[in-house]
Amino acid sequence: MSAPPVSTQTTAAETVTFAPARRRGRVRRGGVWVPLSIVLGYVLVALVAPVLIGYDHVATPVGDRLLPPGASTSDGTTAWLGTDGLGRDIAAQIVYGARTSLIVATVAVTLSALVGMIVGAVAGLIGGWLDVVLSRLIDVLLTFPGVLLAIVIAGLFSRGLLTVVIALSVTAWTPFARVARNVTLSIKEREWVSAARLMGIRRPAMLVRHILPFVVPPMVAMATVEFALVVLAEAGLSFLGIGLPASVPSWGQTVANGKEYLDTAWWISASPGIALFVLVVSVGLLGDQMSARLGRTGRSTGS
Amino acid sequence: MTRVVLRRLASSVIVMWGAASLIFLIIRLAPGGPALVLLGPDAQPEEVAELTTRLGLDRSLPEQYLAYLWDVSRLDFGDSYRLGQPAMEAVLTRLPASLELAAAAAVIAVCVGLVLGLIAGYRRGGVVDRVTSALTIGLQAFPTFWVGIMLILLFALVLRVLPSSGVGTPAHLVLPAVTLSLPFTAIVARLTRSSLVEEMDEPYATTARAKGLTDRQVLIGHALRNSLTPVLTVVALQLGALIGGAVVVENVFAWPGLGSLIVSAVNNRDYAVVQAATLTIAGIIVLLNLLADLATARLDPRIRLGAA
Repeated sequence: MSAPPVSTQTTAAETVTFAPARRRGRVRRGGVWVPLSIVLGYVLVALVAPVLIGYDHVATPVGDRLLPPGASTSDGTTAWLGTDGLGRDIAAQIVYGARTSLIVATVAVTLSALVGMIVGAVAGLIGGWLDVVLSRLIDVLLTFPGVLLAIVIAGLFSRGLLTVVIALSVTAWTPFARVARNVTLSIKEREWVSAARLMGIRRPAMLVRHILPFVVPPMVAMATVEFALVVLAEAGLSFLGIGLPASVPSWGQTVANGKEYLDTAWWISASPGIALFVLVVSVGLLGDQMSARLGRTGRSTGS
Repeated sequence: MTRVVLRRLASSVIVMWGAASLIFLIIRLAPGGPALVLLGPDAQPEEVAELTTRLGLDRSLPEQYLAYLWDVSRLDFGDSYRLGQPAMEAVLTRLPASLELAAAAAVIAVCVGLVLGLIAGYRRGGVVDRVTSALTIGLQAFPTFWVGIMLILLFALVLRVLPSSGVGTPAHLVLPAVTLSLPFTAIVARLTRSSLVEEMDEPYATTARAKGLTDRQVLIGHALRNSLTPVLTVVALQLGALIGGAVVVENVFAWPGLGSLIVSAVNNRDYAVVQAATLTIAGIIVLLNLLADLATARLDPRIRLGAA
């Protein structure tokens, strides 16, 4: 066994890119501000949601069932995006859904990035059998479509934030690990790392001071791309009814609830999807800008 | 070539073993043992103990693991407690519908994606190129389940031209296949474009042009074949993601494939079916990866001759 096996497999994050190749590497001025302000808008709405808009998931004002967008409800307020089959406000569900989506995605991506970065960098630095085991483990995880493992884990374990986060992170850490490993492999041959080794600096210190500073920037860029994917995956899980408990509002759940009223009240299913789309596109565009600024992304295929 | 084939085959077997072990681990970690699930919450402790013995769950973990591997290698996953038939049989009756859906979506994605990508790459900066790059952004950012529901709304409820769900006629296949194909069309188009652009800038393309060939001749005679190699690999790899996407899409359209089987099996803790279905999908993906690797080796002499 001379060289560790370099897999030819690609993960979703490595093939999913939002910008055409032509723009890659060229940073357009101002291109970052529009998506950034949209994303910050979502974050702001998610943070101040309870102050902004009241929403009671259990209340079922049946007199207000299936109101079209813009109609007035019985308590005098306006349902800007209509109401669902139980008379609950759709706009409120979207605002609270943003909260769910952002919390789940932030926690899952942070966890995946940290685990992937540390595992990848350590495997790259130490090499040998550890590296072989890591490469094989990633190969194994990639034999399952990410959604499938998420569905199995989210469905079999008890409902909750932790379960959903783990279900989404089980495959999401692998692209981080692969890139961290590749960057480490190329960095560890550089002079300053050799110098550090000759000076007798221990590996953990070397990892933190000489390797990780180079691994972090591409991780940040990848995290934005992964964030968009995780938001989509979380929505898929809650659409299937195996995401967070039904008492937590989420976009996927609202879309699923609206399916049975599709011919009379299309707005229930339609609006959460648009909210999701705008967020994912903005995060994706932001990710492309970050990739262009921060250098390497998951697209490098290895040594 | 034989050496390449043997090496890839061996690594496929190792990966499948890993996949089977991972599923074993997940099922063992899941709360609520299979015996408790089979008998329901009102079961007497003696009954649970009796069934645990019968299922071999009282043996040590390594013993159970080896027994499990032996069963998996013979494709024997035990009976589905809910369907009253061997789990593998349930999977095999549902598999054709899933393959039909995935194949239809793959054909749409490859045909449309290749055409868009080739035109976009051949006429860089043209109308098709711009439309394609906008589509690439958009198509991947929509959740497939939502696109499916919107297509049902438009074509089944408003225009009333296509059935909303179920199977039977070819018309039933249209909406699920189109829904599933959209993000993959975007991936194929983007990849074809960038691959073609790259190949057209290679020294051999310049040489061909210097010899007096037109761009079109360089494209058809030289660049096309080479630019399709990476596309082929990614298409094969994306077929796995396609099967994963099908799990969600099948649930939107009540398509009676593996996806809806898995979701109901997971909800009912039908472990035998969960194992059989997930490992079947993993097996298909490993097989596709193997075929993609071998096809790439066949098309690319650098790999075929073992230089890579």
